[in-house]
Amino acid sequence: MPGDAGMGDMADLNERALAKYRNDFLREVEERVDEGHWVKMCMQCGVCAGSCPFGPHWEHSPPKIFLMIRAGKREAVLTSDSMWMCTSCYNCVVRCPRKLPITTIMHGLATYAQRLGLAPKVQPTRDFSIIFWENFTRTGRANEMRLMLRLWFKEGFAAGVKKALSMRDLGLAMLRTKRMSPLEILGGHGVKDVKGFQAMIRKAKEIEDRRRGLSG
Amino acid sequence: MTPSVATSQTILVVGGGISGMTAALEAAECGKQVVLVEKSATLGGRTATLYRYFPKLCHPTCGLEINLRRIKASRNIRVMTLAEVTKIAGSRGGYTVTLKIAPRYVNANCTACGACAEAVSAEIPNPWDYGLGRMKAAYLPHTMAYPQRYVIDPAIVGTAEGEKAKAACRYGAIDLGMREETLELEAGAIVWATGWKPYDAAKIQPYGYGRFPNVITSVEFERLADPHGPTGGKLLRPSDGKEAKNVAFVQCAGSRDENHLRHCSRICCMASLKQTQYVREAFAEDARSTVYYIDIRAIDRFEDFYAKVRKDATVTFVKSKVARIAEDAATRDPILHGVDTEGYRRYANRHDLVVLAIGMEPSVKAADIPADVVADSSGFIDAGAESAVFGAGCATNALDVNRAVQSATAATLRAIQVVNRAARAEA
Ligand SMILES: Cc1cc2nc3c(=O)[nH]c(=O)nc-3n(C[C@H](O)[C@H](O)[C@H](O)COP(=O)(O)OP(=O)(O)OC[C@H]3O[C@@H](n4cnc5c(N)ncnc54)[C@H](O)[C@@H]3O)c2cc1C
Ligand code: SF4
Ligand code: SF4
Repeated sequence: MPGDAGMGDMADLNERALAKYRNDFLREVEERVDEGHWVKMCMQCGVCAGSCPFGPHWEHSPPKIFLMIRAGKREAVLTSDSMWMCTSCYNCVVRCPRKLPITTIMHGLATYAQRLGLAPKVQPTRDFSIIFWENFTRTGRANEMRLMLRLWFKEGFAAGVKKALSMRDLGLAMLRTKRMSPLEILGGHGVKDVKGFQAMIRKAKEIEDRRRGLSG
Repeated sequence: MTPSVATSQTILVVGGGISGMTAALEAAECGKQVVLVEKSATLGGRTATLYRYFPKLCHPTCGLEINLRRIKASRNIRVMTLAEVTKIAGSRGGYTVTLKIAPRYVNANCTACGACAEAVSAEIPNPWDYGLGRMKAAYLPHTMAYPQRYVIDPAIVGTAEGEKAKAACRYGAIDLGMREETLELEAGAIVWATGWKPYDAAKIQPYGYGRFPNVITSVEFERLADPHGPTGGKLLRPSDGKEAKNVAFVQCAGSRDENHLRHCSRICCMASLKQTQYVREAFAEDARSTVYYIDIRAIDRFEDFYAKVRKDATVTFVKSKVARIAEDAATRDPILHGVDTEGYRRYANRHDLVVLAIGMEPSVKAADIPADVVADSSGFIDAGAESAVFGAGCATNALDVNRAVQSATAATLRAIQVVNRAARAEA
């Protein structure tokens, strides 16, 4: 889960993964990445890459990533920003003749890279994911107002004001349709039992880590 | 109902393509009585609609003609066209089969002179050209048709056109009063050889078949290349009749795809390799063929043919399953979009014509066969049933002619064993 381990932990996790799997990156992906066991089913037809609306903007399309995994290009895969470009449109999944859950694998790889501290540092989707996760896990409800402000101002005050002005139509529309409330800035709404919710998230993470062999 | 013909020692062969013809001949030449039942108006099946055969690029006439001559010479084979099996009762060694026979409206007096076709002006889509061309409503299916006897299409029966056809026949061969008949016969064993049909290309939505005139299937391309086909053998594209010199072949159109057909249709790689040579034959060095493929499956001795085509400078290979086909609205040129997996480059390639190497599916799904047969996950007949209904040719799998014939011979041997046992039991 993004952003909840210190840098030291991450480096440590990565070292241990390297020691455990040595040159078998495919096995590492199979065991630790969501739906990773599907990777070897890819027959390199390329239809997913050709169906992706983001195609021209990625360096590594899904079949390329899958082949890189099989070729053991661990560092190149985990530091790639391609997985973070996925918009979850599911075009690729619909077209894949082998029914690979490509979208899930892409997100799984991104999450795993983030856990090991290898994900690219300046990547807007990754930044958003981290901000969203922190925002959401604080109260158990997404707080659009705070989320928006943090996103706009993440590059400093001046940039934030500029961004806010350029996005004001969208913001006003959200206020008008009650998709966002200005009062949320004061803390906002949350689930009834915030403590219980946070304990639940902690437990889920613990179980997930154990299953993936990521616990201490 | 017409009374029974045949006995428990008869072998019934269903489907008169190359596989069914082979099965009938093998059994008949071993001295068995055979009834060969064909749904259409002629024997020959799909092979009769091919321009040339891989790997030797000979014309289908040779193979078919020899078989037809053997059938004509055999006293043990009874051929029934326009006939379908509707029911099979009984068990191994003793079946009673019900047939439904559609009227041909032409009797055995026909000399195939063609006067009826000349007299008639009504036209219908030509099914042997996959609807690309039209034909008269009084017709001989194709030049190799057997029996060589005309057919009056039901659409003109009871109309002035039908009467014109009848009046034109000097041999009294046209009988517009014929009706559908039902017939029962006995058989000890059954060879089921109903073959294949092309997968419905319109279901592969991103390829635009049915929306873009210059996207056609491989079976249609065979007809374009055939001198007896709708263009007289010229490779002209449907939208404007322009010569199609720059042709794209899209492999695995429907095959090897969990969303369409699960299986590899096995012959379409070879069919496209063969068809690149039609383009070369038509336009020599001006020909441009591009084969978009996942991997080329030219099995065993076909590898030599593949190697030869690889060396042909007019043929290019792109390792990619095409993602999408678009059309240039002004020229109606198809434009292929995708990513090649040798370098992962995106392409947008313009061609004159796209040929979809369409997958094969069973023409009668095993589940719809009125007998005890085992189906595989694609609906082909699998071995293993207790019955004496034996699959042959493309009813059992996607096969080329050579393998279809081998499979037919194997099925016939099993059928012969069953009727021999039935004969011994009766003796
Ligand atoms: C584009 C293309 C090109 C090809 N080129 C080649 C080539 O160059 N060389 C090669 O070796 N192979 C080629 N093939 C494969 C070849 O067409 C098959 O191997 C061959 O047709 C198999 O013959 P069959 O008798 O099993 O089936 P079919 O040819 O399909 O014959 C089946 C027969 O059964 C009849 N029938 C169907 N349903 C019923 C029913 N319910 N009752 C009674 N009769 C019925 C049909 O009317 C038909 O006459 C090609 C295939 C394609 C798609
Ligand atoms: S569509 Fe499926 S099989 Fe084809 S390259 Fe993509 S993941 Fe692999
Ligand atoms: S034979 Fe070739 S084109 Fe046909 S399904 Fe198999 S791989 Fe695809």
